[in-house]
Amino acid sequence: MTGYHAMPSGDRPGIGPPLWLLAELTYRCPLQCPYCSNPLDFAQTEQELTTQEWVKVLRQGREMGAAQLGFSGGEPLVRQDLPELIAEARQLGYYTNLITSGLGLTEAKVNAFRDAGLDHIQVSFQASDPELNNAVAGSRKAFDQKLAMARAVKEAGYPMVLNFVIHRHNIHQMDDIISLCERLGADYVELATCQYYGWAFENREGLMPSRSQLERAEAEVNSYRKRLTASGSAMKLIFVTPDYYEERPKACMNGWGSLFLTVAPDGTALPCHSARLLPIEFPNVRESSLHSIWYDSPGFNHYRGDSWMPEPCRSCDEKDKDFGGCRCQAYLLTGNADNADPVCSKSPHHDRILAARKAADHATAGLEELTYRNADNSRLFFRG
Amino acid sequence: MAVSLKQVPRLRPGFRFQWEPAQNTHVLLYPEGMVRLNDSAGAVLKEVNGQRNVADIVAILEQQFPDAGSLENDVSEFLNDAEQQHWIMLT
Repeated sequence: MTGYHAMPSGDRPGIGPPLWLLAELTYRCPLQCPYCSNPLDFAQTEQELTTQEWVKVLRQGREMGAAQLGFSGGEPLVRQDLPELIAEARQLGYYTNLITSGLGLTEAKVNAFRDAGLDHIQVSFQASDPELNNAVAGSRKAFDQKLAMARAVKEAGYPMVLNFVIHRHNIHQMDDIISLCERLGADYVELATCQYYGWAFENREGLMPSRSQLERAEAEVNSYRKRLTASGSAMKLIFVTPDYYEERPKACMNGWGSLFLTVAPDGTALPCHSARLLPIEFPNVRESSLHSIWYDSPGFNHYRGDSWMPEPCRSCDEKDKDFGGCRCQAYLLTGNADNADPVCSKSPHHDRILAARKAADHATAGLEELTYRNADNSRLFFRG
Repeated sequence: MAVSLKQVPRLRPGFRFQWEPAQNTHVLLYPEGMVRLNDSAGAVLKEVNGQRNVADIVAILEQQFPDAGSLENDVSEFLNDAEQQHWIMLT
C-alpha cells in the first residue's frame, strides 16, 4: 500500500480542477524586500476586492474542488477582515495557509486565527541575524518581531514553516539559518533561492548568487540534513534550487492552468502570481465566475496543452515533463512568452542565462544599490 | 522499525484528513501540500483518531472487509510508511 492516486479530472476533458487557490488579499506591505514577486507597478492597482467579493471567490473555488488556500499578498495581515475570511474558508473545508512577514501579527491574533480555524502560518525571514534581516526587509524592527511571532505560532500549536528567500547576500548563512529554525522548533524550512520575477528581476544582478556560492550552500544544506536525519529530527529542509543554474527548465506551476489559480488584490485571476506581467488579457472575478474563468477564459486556455509551442519545444521529447518551462521567464528574457524558457540549453536564447551566470561571478553591488519594493519606487515604474 | 499492535497512531499536528467530493477521494492535507489517498490508505486513516491502537484499527477494518482476510500486515506496513513520511506519530 503506497497510498497515492493519480490526479483527478475536472469538468472538461484534459483540464483538472484548480486544487490550489492563492488569494493575494492586498499589495500593501510594511516591508520593502527587493526580491518581491509582486508587479513593479503594484501601486497603481485599483480597488481591492471587498470581503463579500472574497467570500464569493472562496465559495466558488471550493465548489470546483480547491483544497489548499493561501492567504498572501503583500502582507495579508493588513486586511482587517482576515479573521472573517479565515473562518469562512475553514468552514468551507479548505486547508488554510497564512503566508506572512509576521509584521502586524500579535499573540492575540495568532490565537484568534487558530480559533477561527486557520491551519498554518508561514513566517518569512530575510536572514539569520537582525542586521542583515532588517537591511533586506527595509525595516529596523522586523527581525525581533519575526522571532517573537515564530515563537507565538509554535506556542499556539500550529505546524511551523519558516521561509527564507536566498540570494547572494544571505547565501553564506545556511548553517546559521537552519540552526535558528531548529532552535525555533520549525517543522519545515523553505530555503527558496530567489526566482527572478517582479522586483527580483529588476534586481537580478544584485541578488543572483554565483555558482560557487550556490554549491557551497547546497553542500551545507545536505550535510545539515544528514545530521537532522541521524538525530531523528522531523524538521524538513526544502532547498529550492535556482533554475538559472539548470540546463532544463522547471515544470512551472505544474503546467499552465493545471492546478494553481491566483486571485490578485483587484480580482484579476491568474494562472500564477507573476502572469500579470504577460501581454495577455486575464479575466476578473468581478465580471466572471471562477468556473468560467478556469475552464473557458482565453487567458487560462492560452498555454494549456502544447499546440502553442514553437521549436525547440514542439518536437522535444521532454515537453510533457516541463511544458516548455516558465512563460513569464520566456517573456522577460526573450520578449516573447511563446518561446522556450531560456533556462533550457536547447533554447536559442540560452546565452542570456549564461550571461547572467557570468555576471553573478563578478557582481559587486551591495544591498544599498538594490531597488527596494515600496510605493515610491513603484510609481516610478508606471510613470515610466 | 516494525509497528506494534499496542501503539496508538495519531496525525501529526497540522495534518488534516478529509473526504474531497470533487476528487472523489480521501486526502491528507498539510502546510501547502496534499496527498491523495487510495481506498485502502483512506480506510486506515479514517480510523486513526489518537485513541485507538493498531489492534483496534485492524479489528475494525477486518469487520468492515470480512472477505479481505487478515489485515494486520497491510495496516502495519501502511502505518509504518505513514510514520516515515511524518504524516502520523505512533506512541
